[in-house]
Amino acid sequence: MSTAAESARTVSRPVSRAVRMRRSPIGRFVWKLPFWILVGLIFIYALFPFYWALRSAFTPDPALFDTPIQYIPHHPTLQHFRDVLGSSLFRRALLNSTIVAGSVTLISLVVGSVAAYALGRFRFRGKSSVLYLMLSMTIFPQIAILGALYTMFTGFHIVGPIDFPKLYDTEWALIFSYLIFTLPFTIWVLTGFMRALPADLEEAAYVDGATPLQVFYKVLLPLIAPGLVTTGLLAFIAAWNEFLFAVSFIQTPGHYTVPVAIFSFTGTSGNAFQTPWGQLMAATVVVTIPLIVITLLLQKRILAGLTAGAVKG
Amino acid sequence: MSSVATPAPAPRRPRRRRTKLQRRQTRLAWLLLIPSLAVVALVAIYPLGKTVYQSFTNQQFLAGITPTKWIGLDNYHQIWHDPAWKHAVILTLKFTVITVSFEFVLGLIIALVVNSSFKGRGVMRAVMLVPWAIPTVVAAQIWKWMLDDTFGVVNDFGVRVHVLSHSQAWISNPSTSLGAVCAVDIWKTTPFVALLLLAGLQVIPSDLYEAADVDGASKLQQFWRITLPLLKPAILVTLIFRTLDALRVFDIFAVFFGNRLDTQTMAIYIQSATVGDGNVGLGAAASVFMFLIISLFVVIYVTFMRVNEE
Repeated sequence: MSTAAESARTVSRPVSRAVRMRRSPIGRFVWKLPFWILVGLIFIYALFPFYWALRSAFTPDPALFDTPIQYIPHHPTLQHFRDVLGSSLFRRALLNSTIVAGSVTLISLVVGSVAAYALGRFRFRGKSSVLYLMLSMTIFPQIAILGALYTMFTGFHIVGPIDFPKLYDTEWALIFSYLIFTLPFTIWVLTGFMRALPADLEEAAYVDGATPLQVFYKVLLPLIAPGLVTTGLLAFIAAWNEFLFAVSFIQTPGHYTVPVAIFSFTGTSGNAFQTPWGQLMAATVVVTIPLIVITLLLQKRILAGLTAGAVKG
Repeated sequence: MSSVATPAPAPRRPRRRRTKLQRRQTRLAWLLLIPSLAVVALVAIYPLGKTVYQSFTNQQFLAGITPTKWIGLDNYHQIWHDPAWKHAVILTLKFTVITVSFEFVLGLIIALVVNSSFKGRGVMRAVMLVPWAIPTVVAAQIWKWMLDDTFGVVNDFGVRVHVLSHSQAWISNPSTSLGAVCAVDIWKTTPFVALLLLAGLQVIPSDLYEAADVDGASKLQQFWRITLPLLKPAILVTLIFRTLDALRVFDIFAVFFGNRLDTQTMAIYIQSATVGDGNVGLGAAASVFMFLIISLFVVIYVTFMRVNEE
């Protein structure tokens, strides 16, 4: 009773000055000003470092190492980009990263979607244990198995005529070890997509005499295609950005992936004492732009995939 | 997470013989799981067991030089008394506490801003994905250049607006170096934290706020009484993910300091023992220590969540 009376009083209370001010056009602008300043600050905070990489990539060397520094290059140049893209080591690193990240993504999607089919559409004992196992794998600290993988990659004898191949210093070592974080993640997210599908389609196909495998690749796989794109993309980005294993298992500069190439960047000058910041920034722009473009194009899907992997996970 | 952590008990059905179809389903399901389980066993479980075994040996990377033999707890003993390891653990914990708390507070503010409806909200959400998409090594190099002591924009801008009296050597100066790495991690990860919290904010029904408005609750009251309690699951999951990530930090420290002794994190210590010195056994023992520390955090968080659910 009393609460109802109270709320009635609150509603009919005379409009305060602050509220009146908020309703006038100028007042609304002033009222909203701190909010817009905050939005502007977040905008600048998120983008400024990338702007700075762009600015430094386009600034010619003498101006780059001069004070006071120029916030916008007075005489922009493409020289740094030419130098970086002319370097065969850097082009090689781009190719290596594409091969490694591409293979890892492909393997994870093929192997993972089959497992997701089992986990998402079947009822069987032990299912939740397998799901628990995959979940614990997604938070597995990779550094914990660094030494073991390191010695495994020098090759060892398994049984009879079978040997574990010597993978050290090859792309195979990375493809093999990256599966530890891409595969469980892929299984986890794709299981969610599989589970969300309605049962009717599957049942209709079974009635028509389809085998479980036919149901899988003719009915279910096309339906979760958007999920495959999202998951594949996230796996690709994770593999593309990986650094710890890449810097530990690769020795020959010709086998470097992009992060290692950026890490040990000496540029075309080969001067070990002065980092060629202009070229380095051009390199960071070159490797980052594709990622940013893909991310922005598939923004909604990435957000859905990330929150599926983390919030639900 | 919570739905997985506490699976609903299946309703007890009258006992019935498992049908042929069910048995066939079970067999097929396990068949489909074989490739994945085989990969996980080979890539994660076998190496993990090997790490534990190696931690009790004097295994070297170049095995031909010194024969590998069982040395019991010697590695553990050595690490336990190594001041460098103690330093690495403390530094990693400091880094974790600083970055996770900043990322959480800033991320929550950003999430609240982006959650309110305004023109350009879609653009803001896209902008927030940019730091997330940039590889960590690349982000670290960009920041290293921005923090350069002579030609860096941070010093230049700081001196221009009179926040700094003179240029600082942010990275090489031991008193600012931790702050410098934290700044990079906070920049790179805050937007991601914000996006996770935003997903949590969006499932809070808006009629709760309407009801609170009618009852005359202030915006601040609404935040403490409605937003925060309902956001708790999303907050906990975000904190777990961020903490586990921060504890194994490697990339930024490697780019900023290389192997500098006073700035080793747990991961850098392990990597330089294993790969740098080729002392695989010692690195394995440190890995086991780190694994235990991380597990401790998981246990703390999970019990905290259970307690909160009851």
